[in-house]
Amino acid sequence: MDVLTLARLQFGVTTVYHFFFVPLTIGLAILVAMMQTFHVATGNEKFKRMTQFWGKLLLINFAMGVVTGIVQEFQFGMNWSEYSRFVGDIFGAPLAIEALLAFFIESTFLGLWIFGEEKLSKKVHLATIWLVAISSNLSAFWILVANSFMQNPVGYHIAASGRAEMTDFFALITNPNVWLQWPHVALGGLTTAGFFIAGVSAYRLLRSRKTSVEVRETFRMSMRLGLAAATVAVLGTMIFGDLQGQRMADTQPMKLASAEGLWNAESPAGLSMFQIGDEDARTSIINIRIPSLLSLLTFHTPGGQVLGLNDVQHLYEQQYGPGDYTPPAIWLTYWSFRAMVGSGMLMFLIGLVGLWLGRGKKVIARKWFLMALVGAIVLPYLANSTGWILTEMGRQPWIVQGLMRIDQALSPNVGVVDLLITLIGFTLVYGALAVADVYLLQKYARSGMSDGGNADAIAMANAAGKPDGLYLSGK
Amino acid sequence: MDLQTLWFILITVLFSGFFFFEGFDYGVGILLPFISKADQERRIVINAIGPVWDGNEVWLLTAGGAMFAAFPNWYATMFSGFYLALFLILVALIARGVAFEFRSKDDHSGWRRLWDWAIFFGSAIPALLFGVAFANIVRGMAIDARMNYVGTFFDLLNPYALLGGLVTLTLFILHGALFLEMKTDGALRERVQAVIRVAWIPVLVCVLGFLAFSAVQTDMFATVTVVKFVALAIAVVALLSVIAAIRVKRFGLGFIGTGVAIIATVALLFSTIFPRVMPSSLGAAFDLTIYNASSSQYTLQVMTVVALTLVPIVLAYQAWSYWIFRKRLTTQSKLEY
Repeated sequence: MDVLTLARLQFGVTTVYHFFFVPLTIGLAILVAMMQTFHVATGNEKFKRMTQFWGKLLLINFAMGVVTGIVQEFQFGMNWSEYSRFVGDIFGAPLAIEALLAFFIESTFLGLWIFGEEKLSKKVHLATIWLVAISSNLSAFWILVANSFMQNPVGYHIAASGRAEMTDFFALITNPNVWLQWPHVALGGLTTAGFFIAGVSAYRLLRSRKTSVEVRETFRMSMRLGLAAATVAVLGTMIFGDLQGQRMADTQPMKLASAEGLWNAESPAGLSMFQIGDEDARTSIINIRIPSLLSLLTFHTPGGQVLGLNDVQHLYEQQYGPGDYTPPAIWLTYWSFRAMVGSGMLMFLIGLVGLWLGRGKKVIARKWFLMALVGAIVLPYLANSTGWILTEMGRQPWIVQGLMRIDQALSPNVGVVDLLITLIGFTLVYGALAVADVYLLQKYARSGMSDGGNADAIAMANAAGKPDGLYLSGK
Repeated sequence: MDLQTLWFILITVLFSGFFFFEGFDYGVGILLPFISKADQERRIVINAIGPVWDGNEVWLLTAGGAMFAAFPNWYATMFSGFYLALFLILVALIARGVAFEFRSKDDHSGWRRLWDWAIFFGSAIPALLFGVAFANIVRGMAIDARMNYVGTFFDLLNPYALLGGLVTLTLFILHGALFLEMKTDGALRERVQAVIRVAWIPVLVCVLGFLAFSAVQTDMFATVTVVKFVALAIAVVALLSVIAAIRVKRFGLGFIGTGVAIIATVALLFSTIFPRVMPSSLGAAFDLTIYNASSSQYTLQVMTVVALTLVPIVLAYQAWSYWIFRKRLTTQSKLEY
């Protein structure tokens, strides 16, 4: 494999892995902060137990997001130094602000939240988790400001030296792309957290025969909170996703055409439901479509022309000179898009059914539904990953849309051996961490909060075969 | 003073902050397997830095982000140039960060031992390699006309740079031990004090050796500037006062002393290369300077407003956090990690 393939593979692997943890963190932080708010406001112990249980899972997940995030910041300089030189004047600013404004708050106040319960007043302790929740969502904003420049460059000019330079910071942070992408990502995070809570709660309700009524009620309440948050959030995610689709037709028509597997312009354009294509011949072999629907989705009117891959290729050749401007794996963007939208719609459906079924206490008896909720935990993860694969793969061969191609962006002094070492190294380390992380998550999800009172500590101590509760709460 | 100089100073401040704060939690991590006997003691050692290690590490992320924003060519040259070294640092930081959170959440002894060693190596590797990296920068690296490092990984492991690594390693161990002395009690604290009583010796040897070696390998003493002279004087005085403080058992003062010595050393190294950011060993024409590596005036202006607003706020709440967790940890303390 060549350097470009390896560097792209490394970016893909490390980014998708990083983004396995981030959405749950930014969504769950908000929901845990809400649980703690309910506890402080009502004094209800149920909410305290919820805060502790879900807070513990939040921390296990949080650590993974933090450490894999460091790789992301370093990677631009390590593997993509020409890119860093070209856009650093613009791209570095949001990254530095992310660290200064978000990471510092996040890390300092998370430390205060974990360790400060007995040292801070109830209200100040509550404020610390809200600061964590807000700053982790702020951090998403700043990194998306950076990413939005790659999708839709604004507020810059190309200097005499050939590099891109910032001319308008305000334009950068008001990039229309980021104000659609950020809500989409943040609401996607809330969706992830909602289904995570609902799924884990359902799992606990399925095996709740031995637990007390109190604990069962706490999980039923968690499940209801999770489903409510997820249903609203997934609807919002879809709305912002739809708005992004409309913008894509203007700013990144190639991405839209590859997401739809649309080879030639159509007016009105049909929506492909299932397609097997021939990427070399630039045509489709089997294509099952619903007439006019793509135009309707894109422009919100039944008419309107949607450009195909061949048309945009032709346009770009005129604009940028000869070259291949088609993303390298159309099947991947096409199916990623379908996986993302499909899981989104399925989640919305499950959410609605869940809210209906969950009105009373009888939901605990509906085993089929609880089992479905456990399975549904994978849906937001599938949607999150495929969403980013579509966003980044659909932009290829550009690294910055219209300004720099990916093959111009590499570090010239980094060779195949270097990249193999780091790619294999990160993969092994990430694989090992995934095992440890899943082990801990399932352990806490299974046995935390097994009974009332000091349940957490007792449960964990029992699970570990130890008589005292040193395990969680110390002495 | 132009904005490039201001940003050079700001990045010096950020790296000083990083080495000051994360320096002691690297030191604590390195001491962990050796200083504590029972599991309870290990947990006390980890909990001593538990609330603050993550905030300390953000100083590194901020320094990296600030380099990217203010001096993109510096960031690009340094990060691609130190490729494998940074890979090792990244793996170390990943293992270490996860270890703090995961270690005490399961009590199989094998599980805990595994993460204890992750904390040890995760602390020792960066403590060593950051010194190696900065010594290489001061010494000059093979940087070509296109600002790319063209040497190999093994060129970075020259004796001078390795000595630089030993300086940071030994200094952080002493710094960490002094921090731990202030946070612990009983038998554990006595063991920490025993470490401190000898840990200053390798620091002194490495620092003096490094300064002497610098006279030969770098242009540290080729020209004398006020800043360099003051930084050197402060570093030496601070180190000597650390030794004095240890002898009279004023460990808190000793901790301030190692902290000042760390900051002064960073200032000395950065003022040695100024106005270059990465001197080239292939000829002064290829040096990266604060001018040919910097961002545009506009970006520097924006970032100046941002940094001068936010850095004081960050310092204020981090100080508050240290104040909240100022008490010693004992066997009676509630341990989270």
